[in-house]
Amino acid sequence: MLSINAVSKRFDNGTLALEKISEAIDAGDFVALLGPSGCGKSTLLRLLAGLDMPTDGAIIWDEGKQPGPGDIGFVFQDATLLPWADAAENVYLPLRLRGRARREVAPRIEAALAQVGLSDFAGSRPKALSGGMKMRVSIARALVSEPRLLLMDEPFAALDEFTRHRLQEDLHALWRSTGKTIVFVTHSIYEAAFLASRIFVMSPRPGRIAADIRTAIPEGVNRRTSPEYVSLVAEVTETFRRVMPR
Amino acid sequence: MIKALERMAPFVFGLVALGLWQGAVWVMNVPPYVLPGPIAIVAAYMGDYDVLNPALLSTLTVTLTALVAATTIGVALAVAMAASSLVRAAIQPWAVILQVTPVVAIAPLIIIWVNQPFAALVVCATIIAFFPILSNTAAGLAATPPELLDLFRLNGATRAQTLFLLRLPSALPYFLTGLRISGTLALVGAVVAEFVAGSGGFASGLAYRIIEASYRLEIPRMFAALVLLAITGIVIYAALGMLSTILLRKRDGA
Repeated sequence: MLSINAVSKRFDNGTLALEKISEAIDAGDFVALLGPSGCGKSTLLRLLAGLDMPTDGAIIWDEGKQPGPGDIGFVFQDATLLPWADAAENVYLPLRLRGRARREVAPRIEAALAQVGLSDFAGSRPKALSGGMKMRVSIARALVSEPRLLLMDEPFAALDEFTRHRLQEDLHALWRSTGKTIVFVTHSIYEAAFLASRIFVMSPRPGRIAADIRTAIPEGVNRRTSPEYVSLVAEVTETFRRVMPR
Repeated sequence: MIKALERMAPFVFGLVALGLWQGAVWVMNVPPYVLPGPIAIVAAYMGDYDVLNPALLSTLTVTLTALVAATTIGVALAVAMAASSLVRAAIQPWAVILQVTPVVAIAPLIIIWVNQPFAALVVCATIIAFFPILSNTAAGLAATPPELLDLFRLNGATRAQTLFLLRLPSALPYFLTGLRISGTLALVGAVVAEFVAGSGGFASGLAYRIIEASYRLEIPRMFAALVLLAITGIVIYAALGMLSTILLRKRDGA
């Protein structure tokens, strides 16, 4: 789908956040960008979104086709919903910004809310929703424009463990059923191991990709307790031990 | 129970204070041209309401006109400053200078320059009132969540869409805080301007009645006008507070 070609990013203050990152992301990949705070994983995500430009190198899209409005869905760490709009209006926002009439896209809004299990809360304002539900609306808002690439920046980090598990399961199922390409930033080894089909292990300052681990964990209710999951967590932990400065 | 007591407390305290005041005036036999008691003040109002009420209306007209002007100018400048950092750099220091210069000092100039008395008073009150709206709205526009700005960018939003669908609604609570401060400042501005203008001004506002009463040593009437001004200030403050609660509740849902 896209390749990252020797991408470096230096901030205005001189900090080198990313150094010569090269990776290819294929259509249908669920990539977890895994690393400690400050390793540049969010920076890489912003480069993928086109919200920032690399200092060096380039991100090259297949067919030479740069993404346009709506081709990239972005989910932030906070739900960042408009507090004055109900769930359906929040989901409608990306389509509204591109001039689509509400009536014309109503089925798409309903479908996006159904995908995250919130069909019954279309008329609720964010104030009336729990943290997990707000994040679900935020994911529906990213899905409604049917993006080619879904970028998620630690979306579940602020949620409690039980809510986080439910959302991880639902997101994983959503990826399996839709085949969306997802890049998911996290600092949790367990989350990366549970969700992703590939894990990019990032080393801190300047950020580099230290390992690209392909995962193969059996699907199903025992996913979190399977021996494959346990050994994957061990493998990733071992990788970090090697790349983290002591 | 304690809540109810707390709600009653200011009224009870006020009544007790008024009673002590009236008692002191009676006991010490203070002449009304030095300090009138509350009863004399009420009597003065009852005798003069056909002069004082129109005066109140006149001051209130200046205040509200100035508040509308201050809101329009303040919001327009804040939007211009949010849209362009060049405009911000150019305007900000002048807005601060205008704010820190005491309006009492500028008022005589304005009254000379602006021929029409009503307009002159409105200009003075507007100068005093517009700054809180400008600075609060500007702060609100600047505090738009950066993630939402990114989201709008990713979806190819136009500048107008970003302004009307995101920045202005985000700034609403900040604007309302500014409006509440400006509402009482507009009243202060109207009164100050009337004082400076004196009989050369509109010659009908409450402040003018206060000056007039002081020349004639009609102290109870002076106090009556003062009480009217205080009540007006409280009403403006409370009304804008209510407006802000209603608007925010409507915006974010109950």
